[in-house]
Amino acid sequence: MKLTMWTYEGPPHIGAMRVATGMKGLHYVLHAPQGDTYADLLFTMIERRGARPPVTYTTFQARDLGSDTAEMFKNAAKDAYEREAPEAMMVGASCTAELIQDDPGGLAKALDLPCPTIPLELPSYSKKENWGAAETFYRLCRTLADPATAEGREQASCNILGPTALGFRHRDDTAEIKALLTTLGIKVNVVAPMPARPSDLVRLPAAAFNVVLYPEIAETAARWMERAFKQPFTKVVPIGVGATREFIAEVAALAGVDPEPALDDDNSRMPWWSRSVDSNYLTGKRVFVFGDATHAAAIARVCAEEMGFRVVGLGTYSREGARTIRAVAKDLELEPLITDDYLEVEAAIKAAEPEMVLGSQMERHIAKRFGISCAVISAPVHVQDFPARRSPVMGFEGANVLFDTLVHPLTMGLEEHLLTMFREDHEFSDEAGASHLAAHAPRPSAAPAVSSEILIAPPSAHAAMADGGCAEDLIPAEAAGLEMPALEWDSDAQKELKKIPFFVRGKARQNTERYAAERGMSRITVETLYDAKAHFGR
Amino acid sequence: MNAPARIKGPTTLVHGPRGGCDRPVLKERGQREVFCGLTGIVWLHRKIQDAFFLVVGSRTCAHLLQSAAGVMIFAEPRFATAVIDERDLAGLADAHDELDRVVTELLARRPDIKLLFLVGSCPSEVIKLDLAKAAERLNRNYHPATRVLAYSGSGIETTFTEGEDACLASLVPDLAATDASQLLLVGALPDIVEDQFLRMLSAMGIDSVAVLPGRNADAMPAVGPNTSYMLLQPFLTETAARLAGRGAQYLPALFPFGAAGTRAFLAAAAARFGVSDETFEAVIAAPEKRAHEAIARHRPTLAGKSISFFPDSQLEPPLARFLAEECDMRPIEVGSPYLHRQHLAEELPRLPQDVRLSEGQDVDRQLARLEDDGPDLTVCGLGLANPLEARGYRTKWAIELIFSPIHGFEQAGDLAELFARPLQRAERLAV
Repeated sequence: MKLTMWTYEGPPHIGAMRVATGMKGLHYVLHAPQGDTYADLLFTMIERRGARPPVTYTTFQARDLGSDTAEMFKNAAKDAYEREAPEAMMVGASCTAELIQDDPGGLAKALDLPCPTIPLELPSYSKKENWGAAETFYRLCRTLADPATAEGREQASCNILGPTALGFRHRDDTAEIKALLTTLGIKVNVVAPMPARPSDLVRLPAAAFNVVLYPEIAETAARWMERAFKQPFTKVVPIGVGATREFIAEVAALAGVDPEPALDDDNSRMPWWSRSVDSNYLTGKRVFVFGDATHAAAIARVCAEEMGFRVVGLGTYSREGARTIRAVAKDLELEPLITDDYLEVEAAIKAAEPEMVLGSQMERHIAKRFGISCAVISAPVHVQDFPARRSPVMGFEGANVLFDTLVHPLTMGLEEHLLTMFREDHEFSDEAGASHLAAHAPRPSAAPAVSSEILIAPPSAHAAMADGGCAEDLIPAEAAGLEMPALEWDSDAQKELKKIPFFVRGKARQNTERYAAERGMSRITVETLYDAKAHFGR
Repeated sequence: MNAPARIKGPTTLVHGPRGGCDRPVLKERGQREVFCGLTGIVWLHRKIQDAFFLVVGSRTCAHLLQSAAGVMIFAEPRFATAVIDERDLAGLADAHDELDRVVTELLARRPDIKLLFLVGSCPSEVIKLDLAKAAERLNRNYHPATRVLAYSGSGIETTFTEGEDACLASLVPDLAATDASQLLLVGALPDIVEDQFLRMLSAMGIDSVAVLPGRNADAMPAVGPNTSYMLLQPFLTETAARLAGRGAQYLPALFPFGAAGTRAFLAAAAARFGVSDETFEAVIAAPEKRAHEAIARHRPTLAGKSISFFPDSQLEPPLARFLAEECDMRPIEVGSPYLHRQHLAEELPRLPQDVRLSEGQDVDRQLARLEDDGPDLTVCGLGLANPLEARGYRTKWAIELIFSPIHGFEQAGDLAELFARPLQRAERLAV
C-alpha cells in the first residue's frame, strides 16, 4: 500500500483508452464498475473531443457480484459490436474487474464475434498508464500486422509510431514530422495509433523502418516489429534544433536519402533568436526540468545547449524512462530525480532554487506556489495544453515554439533595463508589471517563498505565467505557510529596498532577512542589504 | 458521438402509487455515465476543515479523484489514496498492517487532522477489506486526538452524491445524545449559504438549530427524540434512516431550490416551531423579493425552452420542479440515479404530468431518446457534454449544480443563470 496524494499517471486501462480514442474503427469493452466512466471526461473535457471515447463499460454493481458478472460482460460486448460495428475490438478489465477474474478475453473469444478481438491483460496493481498504452499498442500490432504486406517495400518508407489521444502536443508533432519526412522524399506508410484504423495496422510491415516519436508508447511495439519484420526504428526524438538535425541524419541514413533538403529549413528561427543580443539575459538562468522521460531529457538538452540556461535539476515520474534521464543527468553533472511522488519533486525544486521550472501541470502548480516562473513541457496534460493554434514541440517549428515557451514566462531582457531606468518617474507604476505580462502582474505583497535571487540584477523572479482560467480554483489554495522572521528595517534600508525593481523586491527583502536572521541580526541597514546581495550573488 | 441509433431491448414501465405520486417511472439498467461516491470527497473535505479522507483503493481511485473535479493541487490536500498493490493482493503483506502503517505515516505528517475517514472503494469492497474493523482498531491508538470513521464511496455501492450520504451516515452513530428540542439541517452546503439559512431561522425565533455535518470535528451536532431533521439535499437516504434510528423526527418539505422551494422549506420549519405567520412573512419578505427579481431576469431566456436531465446527483426532480414552476421551462425527461419516494413525496406531484421520469441509466438508450426529444437544453455529466454540443445540443454540466451554491433565496437567481448561460451563449455566437 502506498500513500498517494496525487498521481502523474493513471491506471494502465487509461493508457489503453488513449490508444483506442486516438484510433478510428476500434472499440474497447471494459469490464468495470460504475464510476470508471470518469475517464471519458479526460478526453471530452481536457482534449475537447466532440465524441465519446469508443469505450463500453459493463457497469457492474455490488448486487451483481453474487450473480453473473460474466454474463453482463458478454451482453455488453455483444451489444457494443452490434451498435458500433468496429473493425476490431479490444476487451479487458479495470482494477476492480481484475479482482473478480471473469476473464474478458476468454469470454469474448467464446462470443466468436465477426471481427478480430484483442484481449488486454493490464495489471492495474503494478503497472501504470504509459505502460498500459505501450502494451495495448503492441498487442494491436501483434494481432493485426500482416507480414505478407512487407512484400515489395520501398527503402524510403516508414511508419510514424506513438501519437495517442491526450498526448502532450501529439497532434501537432505528428504533422510537423510527417512534413519533414515528406521533404526528404520518405513515404509515410501508417501513422499509429492516432489516427489509424485497425485495417491500417494490418499494413504496418509495408514500411522499411519505424519512426518512434514517443518511446513510452511505441517502443515495445517497435522492438517487436524490428524482430518480426526487420524494421529498424529511430532512437533520436526530434525535440530541439540539435536533436532535429540528428533525427534528420538518422532517418536519411535509414531511408537511403539525402538529408540536406530538410536540414536547410528557412523557418528554423530558433538558433538566431537564441544568438541575438536580446537573449543575453537568458545566460545561466537556473532551470529545473521534470516530466515524462522523453520530454524531460530532450528539454534539458535544449535548455543547456540551445538556450544557454543552467539545468539545476532533472527528473522523471516514469521508472521505465529512468535510464534515459540518468544518461542526460550524467552529462549535465546532476543527480537525477526518479519519483512519482510530487511531494519529493516539490522538495527537490525548493532545494534547487531554480529561476524557472519546466514540467508537467503539477510542477506548474508547485512553481506557482513558490512564485517561480514556469512552463509546461510534458504530460500529464491540462485543457490549456491543447491550444487552438498549431503548436508542435518537435522539428524546427517545434524548436521555435519551445524558444517562445521558455522565454515568455520571464521578464524580457531589454524591458528589464527600461524598468530600472524609469522606476523613479512619477508616471511609473511598480504594480503595472511587465507589459506582456500585464494581466498577471504580481501583487505587491506577494513575496516569493524560495530562491537565492541576487539583488537588483537579472529580474527573472517574475511570478507571472500563462494561466488559463481553469477549474483548479474550485479548491482554493490552502495557506502556503511562509515563515518570515520579525526583523526591523532601518528607514534608509527601506528606501534603498524601494529602489529595487518590484519584481525582485520580494526576493531581495526575503534574502536580506534570511541573511540577517542567520547571523542573529535584528536590525537591517543599507549595509546588511548589500552584504546579503554579495552573499547570495552568483 | 457513438452510434446514436435505435437501441433495442426491454424497458420497464412501472405504474402504481409511489410515495403518494401516481406516475410511471422508466427503470433503466445498463452503462451509467455517472461518478462513483468517492467524488463527494472533493466538496466534503472543504466542508469539514479538520477532516482527512483516506481512500483505500487503486490508482484508478486516485486518478478519479484528481480528474473528477479538474483539480490540481495548490497545497497538500486533505484527501489521499492508500493505493493497494500486488503485495497486498498476493497476501505477501497483510492489508490491515499496511493500512496501519499508511495511517501512522499520514498522521505523523498531518497532526492537525482530528477526523479521519477511511473510505472504501470498489477494490477494497471486492477483497472484503473490513474498514469498519480497521477504524475501530485505529481508534484504540489515535482516539481522542484523532477520531477514525469508515464509510464506502465505492462505485459498486454508491452513485456520485450517495458518497456524501454514506459519509454523513457514518457520523450519526457517533453524535452525542440530546433531549433538547431542536432543528437539525442535514447536508453539506457552502458555509455562506448555510449561514443565510441560520440567520433567517434565528430571526424567526428558532434558535436551537444544528447542522450535519459540522464545520469541524468538534462541531458535530447532537441528536435525540426531540430533534426534527430537515434534508437540504434529496440524496441523504441512509443518513436520514440513521437519524430516525436515533429517534429524530423527519420534517418533510420541498427542497430549498428557488423562491418557492425555499419558502416551503422554511415554512415547514416555522410551522414545526410555532412561528407566527406575521413573523415568518416579515423574515422572508426581503430575500424572497430579491429571489423573485433575480429569477425574473432569466425567465425570458428560459421560458418555453425544453430541458432533459441525464441522471447524476438526485437533484434532478427538485431542479426540474424549480425550472418548470418558476422559470416556465418544459422538462421532457427527468432522469435520476435513484428516486427516493418518501423524500420526494412533496416534489414529484408538482412536476408537470407529461414529464418522463427515469431512474437508473442505460446511457446509449437515453441518448437515443434524446435524439427523439431534441430538448433545447440537456443537463449531463462532463463526459457527455462536449459530444452533445458537437451534435448541436446545448448542455449544462451537472457537476456545477453540486459545486456551486444554489440553495436558498439569495442563490435562486444564480441557479436560474446556470441554465440560462448556455442558451445565451448559443445566441451570441456567430462562429
